[in-house]
Amino acid sequence: MFNPQAEAMPVGELRKLQGRRLHDLAKRAYDHVPSYRARMQEKGVRPEDVRHIEDVAKLPFITKTDFRDQYPFGMFAVPHQEIIRIHASSGTTGKPTVVGYTRNDIDNWAECAARSLACGGATAADTVQIAYGYGLFTGGLGMHYGAERLGAAALPMSSGNTEKQIMLMKDFGVTVLCCTPSYALQIAEVAAQMGVDLMKLPLKSGNFGAEPWTEAMRKRIEELLPLKALDIYGMSELAGPGVANECLEQNGLHVFEDHFYPEIIDPATGEPLPDGQKGELVFTCLTKEAVPLIRYRTRDITMILDDGPCACGRTGRRIRRLMGRTDDMLIIRGVNVFPSQVEDVLVRIEGVHPQYLIIVDRQGNLDTMEIKVEVTDSLFSDEVRKLEALRDKIHHQIKAMLNVNAKITLVEPKTIERTLGKAKRVQDLRKLT
Amino acid sequence: MKVRQISIFLENRSGRLASVLKEVGRAGVNIRALSLADTSDFGILRLIVDNVDKCMKVLKDSGHTVSVTEVLAVEVPDHPGGLAGILDALSEAGLNVEYMYAFVCRATEKAVVVFRFEDVNAAIAALKKSGISILPAEVVYSL
Repeated sequence: MFNPQAEAMPVGELRKLQGRRLHDLAKRAYDHVPSYRARMQEKGVRPEDVRHIEDVAKLPFITKTDFRDQYPFGMFAVPHQEIIRIHASSGTTGKPTVVGYTRNDIDNWAECAARSLACGGATAADTVQIAYGYGLFTGGLGMHYGAERLGAAALPMSSGNTEKQIMLMKDFGVTVLCCTPSYALQIAEVAAQMGVDLMKLPLKSGNFGAEPWTEAMRKRIEELLPLKALDIYGMSELAGPGVANECLEQNGLHVFEDHFYPEIIDPATGEPLPDGQKGELVFTCLTKEAVPLIRYRTRDITMILDDGPCACGRTGRRIRRLMGRTDDMLIIRGVNVFPSQVEDVLVRIEGVHPQYLIIVDRQGNLDTMEIKVEVTDSLFSDEVRKLEALRDKIHHQIKAMLNVNAKITLVEPKTIERTLGKAKRVQDLRKLT
Repeated sequence: MKVRQISIFLENRSGRLASVLKEVGRAGVNIRALSLADTSDFGILRLIVDNVDKCMKVLKDSGHTVSVTEVLAVEVPDHPGGLAGILDALSEAGLNVEYMYAFVCRATEKAVVVFRFEDVNAAIAALKKSGISILPAEVVYSL
């Protein structure tokens, strides 16, 4: 355990700490973010009404839409000179969701990422290969700071260039791997082609996340790599990776509850659900300064496990592996994709609303995305090269907007299935359950 | 002088070409010439027909993506180098040819259409079985 005092804090003491932190958070939000104040006034709740962690239910929810409405910095609660980092993730309208961090925010995030690595047994003696993307995406830098906080050697590979990843993994004696679960399988596949026997390497644990995966994938990863494959949870609005992580028991992800308070609600009514019941995961980030986050609706479906204390000694409650999403967001190779973004690209190209269908599949270990677009009279050209240019243009704009390589297929009109009212936009053929 | 040609978008999927040609035939429209440009994903069928407006209406009504393009029909001298001579002239004039295809011509009483099959032997077997006559190569060379 990286920080036993926090991670194994007796539950009673933890709830008291959470209550105090919630009060401070509510006050910060009320005093410095006009949209929070308006929302709290609407609900008739003031910071002084929030004394205990149970009082969280009095507070209003916030959603991704709030971030979009306040783009770019409207959610910030501190003056700009206190911001030392800005990250962003893709949003529904092409405008990213923007999050800022104070020095304390970065510190707390690094602490939680370090705890996540330590969940798999990592220590200062380890070498951590970070194959999450570095950049606006929080995956790479989040785990990087975590590894450094732990005192381990961070190997900042970022994503891609698999042959080199494998070469350095072998030559440097890497012991901990951080990447998406599908990329771990990709590494195993390429290593086999290169004739590298990964099972002989000193790897011991992996923190895999940023996309949905299954127990079957875990089994495959553990057959192909000599490590314990652990699920890690996070999202940029909350901080980044390191909100919750599985311990070696591999039975749910421990939430680092001194920083992140989880609730499960009924997505239709917003009513809190008891532990053990499936619903939408909601987080309150108790210590966040730059962007206070109160009851953020993650749109992830899971449950808080109620099967008693964990053998590892951590007292933070555990959430189950993610069971789905409440909206139509797709996660493709760790990238968030909304069908409406695809629609935006198509509309901008010809000014019309073409019919389209997104088909997501997993070939080998990698997610694939195909977009079928119906060719209307206004898109049609008599020349093959003009139609190919149209197809390439859609491909490039999708790539520029979503950072996903999609296969674009032009299809005849009326060939995409229509159901009453709403056309079917997404076909997800991945087997994840 | 300008000829109106109908272009139809086709997915590269079995039965698509047959479905378009069936619509055209049912409407009593006769095809004078045709060409099919294709890629791995899609194709463009180009038709010269005896009744352009009727053909357009039929195809639009049946939900196809169609357009009309103006093309020129050029008489080519029927001797070796005849087509090359025309292309030379176009090239000297700095004109680019986007695409071209031959009219279906007549050998005695029958029109001849040239097909390319993925499995030639299987196609020969199937055509013979259906009683369709395949012109011997030397006959095609001497057309």
